Amino acid sequence: MKYLKILLPWMLLLAMTGCGEIKPWVKPYERDNLADPIMSFGRLGIANAYMHHMYQSREGARGAEGGSGGGCGCN
Amino acid sequence: MLKAVQVVAVGATKMLKPLLLVLAFLFALQSLPLPAAVLPEQAVEFLYHRYDQDGQLIDGPAVLVRKNFDSTFSLSGEYLVDTVSGASIDVVSTASEYEEERIQQTVAMDYLTGKSILSLSYSNSEENDYEANSLSFNISQDFFGDLTTITMGYTKGWDEVGRVGDDTFSEEIDRQHYRLGLSQVLTKNALVNLDFEAITDEGFLNNAYRQVRFVSDGVRGYDFQAEQYPNTHTSRAVALRGMYYLPYRAAIRAEYRYFNDSWGVRADQYEIAYIHPAFEHWIFELKYRAYSQTKADFYNDLFPYQDAQNFLARDKELSTFQTQTLGLGVTFEFEPTSIPLIEKGQINLFLDYLKFEYEDFRDISQEGYQAGEEPLYEFDALVGRFFVKLEY
Repeated sequence: MKYLKILLPWMLLLAMTGCGEIKPWVKPYERDNLADPIMSFGRLGIANAYMHHMYQSREGARGAEGGSGGGCGCN
Repeated sequence: MLKAVQVVAVGATKMLKPLLLVLAFLFALQSLPLPAAVLPEQAVEFLYHRYDQDGQLIDGPAVLVRKNFDSTFSLSGEYLVDTVSGASIDVVSTASEYEEERIQQTVAMDYLTGKSILSLSYSNSEENDYEANSLSFNISQDFFGDLTTITMGYTKGWDEVGRVGDDTFSEEIDRQHYRLGLSQVLTKNALVNLDFEAITDEGFLNNAYRQVRFVSDGVRGYDFQAEQYPNTHTSRAVALRGMYYLPYRAAIRAEYRYFNDSWGVRADQYEIAYIHPAFEHWIFELKYRAYSQTKADFYNDLFPYQDAQNFLARDKELSTFQTQTLGLGVTFEFEPTSIPLIEKGQINLFLDYLKFEYEDFRDISQEGYQAGEEPLYEFDALVGRFFVKLEY
């Protein structure tokens, strides 16, 4: 229930975004740098996933390792 | 009877909650104007990984194959092997060395609709005394001219814990993950990710073999008893990551992650990386990572007497310690004209040097010390990754 309380405002935000239009401040033709593979958080695919597993089995922390992906809107 | 019905109703509500979340999210998407995000590239990935620490070697291959259909549907399969030989300090102290293998298999599918990607995956990991299963659902959605991506995910995991040499020993763990992510383009040279993940576990959470030590009248001044953990565990982690494209073709990546859990562990992690392309086909990467954590409430290197408290842990992962990592990597990118079907590829070699320094975990393999006065444990390790990706 606690996490539902956290997630609900996000959902409302998502629903409301349909009501207004926000113009992108970085135009599609300005996204060359963002589209460069060196700007990808996950350019190493399963090699990145392996490192997360390696750390997780030796450290107490877990979760939020990345992989939410997307974001640059370059494709 | 009424009580049984109530129990079933409460159980059903718990099970339905994630589903309701997803349905609510899908409903919210209906109000949005939708055209175009992109699935990951159709590719074959091959990894050889190797973790080398004093007395312990873990290595093996991993393969991932992804096939896209009609640019809206993608299927992938992954197979990973970990072969463990030697033993860590926990095992050296209280048991004999061993060799074992872990095999992890994952199948996943992604469906692209408008600016949303819906992903479903199932993973199974097996070793001789442990089996882990997990079913994951993720959804990501681009907004605001594709400058913002929001992701949500839920994972249900169920593990079976066994013990070698004891066929009657069988325990279970139920696990749930809740994920929320925001990725945002800030400028034409900068983007950030914010990720949150809560994980809850319930069941047999301690190790079936590991022991804690307590002060005794024995020759060594201490003796051992089985560790005992609570059977519930809830953790939260939040991470902020940023990438910045420099005025010349190079990038800086920075990350901070904060973690805490219901066992009293609190952790901070910082990472910074510099990525520099050179000589047309090459990319070099230099990384530094620092991690520190506090101990769990029920951790102690040496308990004052047997059964000193309800919960007992002497797992060094629950102690107070710091980790530092220095990583170096090189990537060679190519577009082969002589290999049919392959459009482009990359070959990578990454080496990471890790140093672990413990503040309240002592090295009891050292002899000639009073109980509780042994040197603090520390070790270093070298992790190698040879990674090839071929897009077709």
